[in-house]
Amino acid sequence: MLGFILKRVLYMIPTLFGMSLVSFFIIQLPPGDFLTSLISAIADSGQSLDSATVAALTAQYGLDQPFYVQYWNWISGILFRGDFGWSFDWGQPVSRLIWDRMGITLFVSVLSLILIWAVALPIGIYSAVKRYSIGDHIFTLLGFIGLAIPTFIMALVLMYVSYKFLGQNVGGLFSPEYQDAPWSLGKLWDLCLHLWIPIVVIATNSTAALIRVMRANLSDELNKPYVVTARAKGLKEFTLIMRYPVRIALNPFISTIGWVLPALISGVTITAIVLNLPMAGPLLLRALVSQDMYLAGAFILLMSVLTLVGMLISDILLAVLDPRIRLQ
Amino acid sequence: MSLEPDNLVTDTDHATELPLDETQFVATAGASAAVAGQWTLMLWKFRRQKVAMASLVVVLLLYLVAILAEFLAPYDVDMTRPQYTYAPPQGISLFVTTPDGGWRFLPHASGYKIVVDQEAMRRTFVVDPEQIIPIGLFVTGQSYKLWGLFESNLHFIGPTNPADTVYLLGSDRIGRDVFSRLIYGTRISMSIGLVGVVISLALGVFLGGISGYYGGAVDTAIQRLVEVVSAMPTIPLWMGLAAAIPLTWPSGLVYFTVTAIVSLLGWTSLAREVRGRFFALREEDFVTAARLDGSSEMRLIFRHMLPSITSHLLAMVTLAVPAMIIAETSLSFLGIGLKPPVVSWGVLLQDAQNLRAIANAPWLLFWPALAVMVSVLSFNFLGDGLRDAADPYDN
Amino acid sequence: MTTDIPATAPTVLEVRNLAVEFALRGGTFTAARDVGFKLQAGRTLCLVGESGSGKSVTARAMMQLIDAPGRIAGGTIMLSGEGAPVDIATLNPRGDAIRAIRGRRIGMIFQEPMSSLSPVHTIGAQIVEVLRLHLKMDRQQARARTIELLRQVEIPDPERNIDRYTFEFSGGMRQRAMIAMALACNPQVLIADEPTTALDVTTQAEVLDLISRMQRELGMATLLITHDMGVVAEVADDVAVMYRGRIVEAGPVDEVFHGARHPYTKRLLNSVLKLERTSELKQASTAADPILSVRDLGKLYQPRQGFLSRRPKTEVRAVDGVSFDLMAGESLGIVGESGSGKTTLGRLILRIVEPTEGTVTFRPATGAPIDVRALDKRGLRGFHQQVRLIFQDPFASLNPRMTVRQIIADPLVVNHIASGASLDARVSELLSMVGLDPAMMERYPHAFSGGQRQRIGIARALALNPRVLIADEATSALDVSIRSQMLDLLLELQQRLGLSFLFISHDIGVVRYFCDRVAVMRRGKIVELGPAETICTAPEHPYTKALISAVPHPDPRQKRMRTRTRLDA
Repeated sequence: MLGFILKRVLYMIPTLFGMSLVSFFIIQLPPGDFLTSLISAIADSGQSLDSATVAALTAQYGLDQPFYVQYWNWISGILFRGDFGWSFDWGQPVSRLIWDRMGITLFVSVLSLILIWAVALPIGIYSAVKRYSIGDHIFTLLGFIGLAIPTFIMALVLMYVSYKFLGQNVGGLFSPEYQDAPWSLGKLWDLCLHLWIPIVVIATNSTAALIRVMRANLSDELNKPYVVTARAKGLKEFTLIMRYPVRIALNPFISTIGWVLPALISGVTITAIVLNLPMAGPLLLRALVSQDMYLAGAFILLMSVLTLVGMLISDILLAVLDPRIRLQ
Repeated sequence: MSLEPDNLVTDTDHATELPLDETQFVATAGASAAVAGQWTLMLWKFRRQKVAMASLVVVLLLYLVAILAEFLAPYDVDMTRPQYTYAPPQGISLFVTTPDGGWRFLPHASGYKIVVDQEAMRRTFVVDPEQIIPIGLFVTGQSYKLWGLFESNLHFIGPTNPADTVYLLGSDRIGRDVFSRLIYGTRISMSIGLVGVVISLALGVFLGGISGYYGGAVDTAIQRLVEVVSAMPTIPLWMGLAAAIPLTWPSGLVYFTVTAIVSLLGWTSLAREVRGRFFALREEDFVTAARLDGSSEMRLIFRHMLPSITSHLLAMVTLAVPAMIIAETSLSFLGIGLKPPVVSWGVLLQDAQNLRAIANAPWLLFWPALAVMVSVLSFNFLGDGLRDAADPYDN
Repeated sequence: MTTDIPATAPTVLEVRNLAVEFALRGGTFTAARDVGFKLQAGRTLCLVGESGSGKSVTARAMMQLIDAPGRIAGGTIMLSGEGAPVDIATLNPRGDAIRAIRGRRIGMIFQEPMSSLSPVHTIGAQIVEVLRLHLKMDRQQARARTIELLRQVEIPDPERNIDRYTFEFSGGMRQRAMIAMALACNPQVLIADEPTTALDVTTQAEVLDLISRMQRELGMATLLITHDMGVVAEVADDVAVMYRGRIVEAGPVDEVFHGARHPYTKRLLNSVLKLERTSELKQASTAADPILSVRDLGKLYQPRQGFLSRRPKTEVRAVDGVSFDLMAGESLGIVGESGSGKTTLGRLILRIVEPTEGTVTFRPATGAPIDVRALDKRGLRGFHQQVRLIFQDPFASLNPRMTVRQIIADPLVVNHIASGASLDARVSELLSMVGLDPAMMERYPHAFSGGQRQRIGIARALALNPRVLIADEATSALDVSIRSQMLDLLLELQQRLGLSFLFISHDIGVVRYFCDRVAVMRRGKIVELGPAETICTAPEHPYTKALISAVPHPDPRQKRMRTRTRLDA
């Protein structure tokens, strides 16, 4: 088992490397480099930089170096010093800006994932076992609609609905009176009131997708000979379905984390922007629009790493659940 | 135990063979099934799926709207009437009440009256059923050039008196007709889906095909690439790429760049599927048989392997379109995809970005959102139907 | 129709007028009708029939295990003993009453030992479950009993193997575990649905032995479903022959085999017995020159040493130093069990799989001998025109998207041999040659039955006027009655066209019927090569002896397996 985990971790390294390359590519993408932005920012404030200072800065940041050297400077800073570069927009090191927001992003993602599983699993099982029943048709239709609504539209609609019918203003994570207050039950309740919309919004798409996956997997498994064997033993229908086909259909279900997580992070990003939550999304958008590229790159890299770690966890879970993977 | 074509047996010339179980199904086999090729069999199978058939009609209608936008829209896409800010949708009625209490056929929209909100010190429009604005089909109105070629002033629908204004789905902040803009937006959004999927397909089939056919190191490299791209969260990645589009670029170039970005990240699943199918096909007996018959590599691929996956490709491609539409809409909504004056559903949704705008004019959110949903839903249903029909030889 | 078996044993299960129906689009399909038989304690009834005869459906009806849209439409299934008799046919398939019978009073074994057991539960867990469910044992008791059961079914080292997963077992071991599971609660009735079809003959013999022994020990009534008349002759006390959903003939095994009345039974027995000797169509081959010589041919699979893999992987010799000559006009059989390397051998000769050692020499009608391994792409194409392959699976080997004309014409087109009217004429000629109506050439493969499809495959192989045909299990996918017709067709073609055959098969009967000489393969090597009759009647090598003696003999008066020789590892 330990060998398996080690193997998976080692296997991740090239993927990580690829992701960091893509992230750095995005940093480098806008025309001009960050020095140009800096110069124009300083020019905006009415001052100007002499050419010697520009040259010194160029050398300091290695901007006259080829791509791979610049990449190495960037990635070694991250790996060895936790230095993600400088944010011009904020005038601070990137590392000071990202961790809070990534923390909340992770927290909301995990909450959403739990909701997704808690909803998709039982509905998926129900739909597969009672295939073509009225309940199945209703869930299938709801699932299709859930898949068809883009996340941000869902966020807008729920925002409008909660404003119109519940009288809630759902921007941000806290109401103004709790914004800076110390933690209390009231604040927690306030957080819950604010959090349910983003979590529902984020979870909808993936829930719909996972219901379909579970339904399809389990429908296949239900026709397998080992189910007949279990039935021939005299097991109760519910027991045998939960113990055999569901147990086996769970494996592909768990491996869906691989694509649910990227979708989830995508959903979190755009939902946070629409609902103006203090997460990575709005900051990433602002950074991109103002071409504050090191900040943007850091977010993109960290979000990618997050999904990769999620995949690793799903791989390990899968090995725990499935002896065929563990032992072969 | 279904009546699929494999059971359609004609055992006429083999009186000597002991009848198999299959012969018990023969009754249902028409002679036509015996000579039906894969597309005919697929068509039969597809036609049995009502929802998919209906979705096909919706998709075709959407593309018809996209093609005939200028003719179908009552107004030009950029026609502004600042005096009608946030005018709500007017209802359409087919009959008017005559003074004597009877009914008369006269299709019309209701007019507006202005109400001043004392508290907010704002003028708002309210639909007034008392006012009657007659509307009709094939009316004359603003002149336009269809596809930039044919000049005309005939509109499918509009007020019979060109001087009247009709906002069937309401107006926006500067008095533009949401209905007309939605129709023009259909052209951009639906075409992005189509163009994007063509690029994705080309990339996916090419890379997936060589990956699956050659295997080995080529395969490993391409699989790694697919892995990296598909593991990265799409929205942040799209945002990163789209944000680099210079503001100064002309809208046509932006359109193609956005399409390319959207499709660049959609090819991975296509590549994966194509590769998987090629891998499976390479091992099929009939492919080995063709190789032993002396077929060249090219003939193997194009005569024997590709025909087996084209139907699956069609289904995959159809199922990939919704993601493209959603991607474009999301990026444009965030302000880093398409930008005005280009009109797409996503651009329209930019007007519904905050709660105040939505509370004031919910139709700015409702109609474009509905358009996105309807198109995505019908592509999904259509794709599902195609996928179910894609393998007519599958029992 | 109920059979009256003159035996004194008490009747445990009696079926009368059973009907099973499937509701399908466009009507009802009756899979079994008017089925009746008795199962008696200690006796074995074999329900025999070809694919689709309704025998499996009947077996499942005994436990109310028929899946929707099928249902028991009529009749009674009376189970006696342990209190008042129960009519299983009237029980709710989801109810408590039938569940108390399943696994407790009736045990069942299925065909696919791999897919019939859960891949993610240990063997032990799956057996313990039954014991705890029906016998209310606690964990320790159940585990101890399971180990005992595994020992009874001859699974080695049961204390350790109880915690292993199915994929770590061989097919025979899995089927033993399955038997242990079915017999865990000492049922009155054992239903075995094609229990040995997926197994090799030697394993089949072991498993059948085991079932008989357990039956004797426990005094069960056994219902054995099979398509194999040999198995029936070896194990049955009574036989019921099913054909198109009905039992057409039933009685004690000797009566049915030696006094069959129904024409279907007669035809079935004839086609089976036909394969017990050399074909009458067979003429002694006169040729003496080898057309294909194989020397020291081998294929070594070297596993990629995966980095960090815990267990060192060993290299596999799929084919190991195989040498033989195929004479012109001769049929050489290659016999072996699964994994013996016989299929790989065929593919190595054609270089579908590249050999790693040895030589293959082909002697064309004119010109110098060809070293096949040295051929380039073009040369190989020429070789493939002369040496053709007939596939096992008549469904997978024809492209479903091409018409029969296109399929048969393809080799002629790509080799620029014929086109236009002459192409059509050639396709017609080939179709007639294999006994198909040329008028059907516009049809697609899905319009043909398995046997007809195999004929199309043969026509394709013949299109290029080959000199050698390699038939890889060419008749294995076909029902027994069609099998002998296919062999007769091949024999006729051989004489007409002067073909040489390399006939790869796991079926000794087929090889004896068809071949002049036979090579027996085991673990990649040829262990014995000689005239077919000698190999089949007086083999020398111990493995061949074990193999031949494990083949069931379709005559209850001469049971071969009873006296079989076992090969000690």
